[in-house]
Amino acid sequence: MRALLVRDLKLAFRAGGGFGLGLAFFLIVTVLVPFSVGPQADLLSTIAPGVLWLGALLACLLSLDRLLALDWEDGTLDLLATAPLPLEAAVSVKALAHWLTTGLPLVLAAPVLGVLLSLPGPGYLWLVVSLALGTPALSVVGTFGAALTVGLKRGGLLLSLLVLPLYVPTLIFGAEVARRGAAGMELATPLLMLAGITLGTAALLPFASAAVLRVNLR
Amino acid sequence: MMLRVQDLAIARGGLPVLDNLSFALEPGQALILRGPNGIGKTTLLRTLAGLQPPLHGLIEGADERVAYAAHSDGLKPTLTVTENLQFWARIFGTGTIDAALEAYDLHGLAERPAGSLSAGQKRRLGLARLLVTGRPIWILDEPTVSLDTSAVAMFAAAVRDHLKRGGSALIATHIDLGLDAEVLDLAPFRATLPALDDFDGAFT
Repeated sequence: MRALLVRDLKLAFRAGGGFGLGLAFFLIVTVLVPFSVGPQADLLSTIAPGVLWLGALLACLLSLDRLLALDWEDGTLDLLATAPLPLEAAVSVKALAHWLTTGLPLVLAAPVLGVLLSLPGPGYLWLVVSLALGTPALSVVGTFGAALTVGLKRGGLLLSLLVLPLYVPTLIFGAEVARRGAAGMELATPLLMLAGITLGTAALLPFASAAVLRVNLR
Repeated sequence: MMLRVQDLAIARGGLPVLDNLSFALEPGQALILRGPNGIGKTTLLRTLAGLQPPLHGLIEGADERVAYAAHSDGLKPTLTVTENLQFWARIFGTGTIDAALEAYDLHGLAERPAGSLSAGQKRRLGLARLLVTGRPIWILDEPTVSLDTSAVAMFAAAVRDHLKRGGSALIATHIDLGLDAEVLDLAPFRATLPALDDFDGAFT
């Protein structure tokens, strides 16, 4: 399993691996928001948590279609399916690698971008906490979507359509934690819900992803 | 008994292609699959590798013992030859890749990224992967595509060595490898399509 993780991280950092793509997208989207909304600091600080969460979600979505498609194209998935490593473990590791190369940089960059949107002072901690708790679910759900569409030519758009509705619970509770944090309100309930969704998807979805992948490899 | 197939029927795209197929593969034995295009060689090999389920029939002794090599080699162009091989060695839990590099004369290419190799060199690397799996049964689908004569000789030597160590191999190929191997012609096992005269039956 470690071998697969190391390989996926190496591939992401080498030429054409796509590391930083999601991060750059996140940066551009959040920079564009003040341009479109206008320089009203109070309005920006109200919408900042939601905008940052939406930007992070779309940035995560951007790199999903490479997650399994590249391995499928060059036959690696066939060979992995015949290897001693169970497919459930393989898709979990691939989701983890996706989070490390896409989700984690977003979490770390979010406070910097919060400044651009004049996020209120107490909001920074909870923005980072909510993203750190929520983005793993985006990677795991995204891996499931990628498994569903693997083998389809130009499956990228279909993948987005399939995955975005599944992102709704994470988005609702994640943005709610960040919003309440910024407003200095009580936030235990959405925080627990967010953590529950992440843990639930991480526990269950790899089995679904592996089952779907087996059918798609036939 | 190494690998036993009994009464196997397989389908491609929902249509049965082979039926009533039975054979056995003993340790130290190689079996060459022959048959015209579309007869179901690849489908048979994928079924034996566990990538798709058979329609019916029995496959014994294939679980976790098969190393499969198909048309695509599963190489990552941005990783070097060594990194590619080492990845598979770790996945299969075997240690060294030196013997594999040696067998296919890849030492000179070890630090080159796989993307810069020629088609034949990539194929050699793909076949070297079989040696690091440590699996006893090799299932090979047209392994000699884009190999030159000397590389084919390397491949034949690797197979012979594998057989000598008690392994076995099932190879779909059309060229003569100079192996002491039995030939299994798949043509007699071609599945007959179900008669269409019960067409209305589908609607009752």
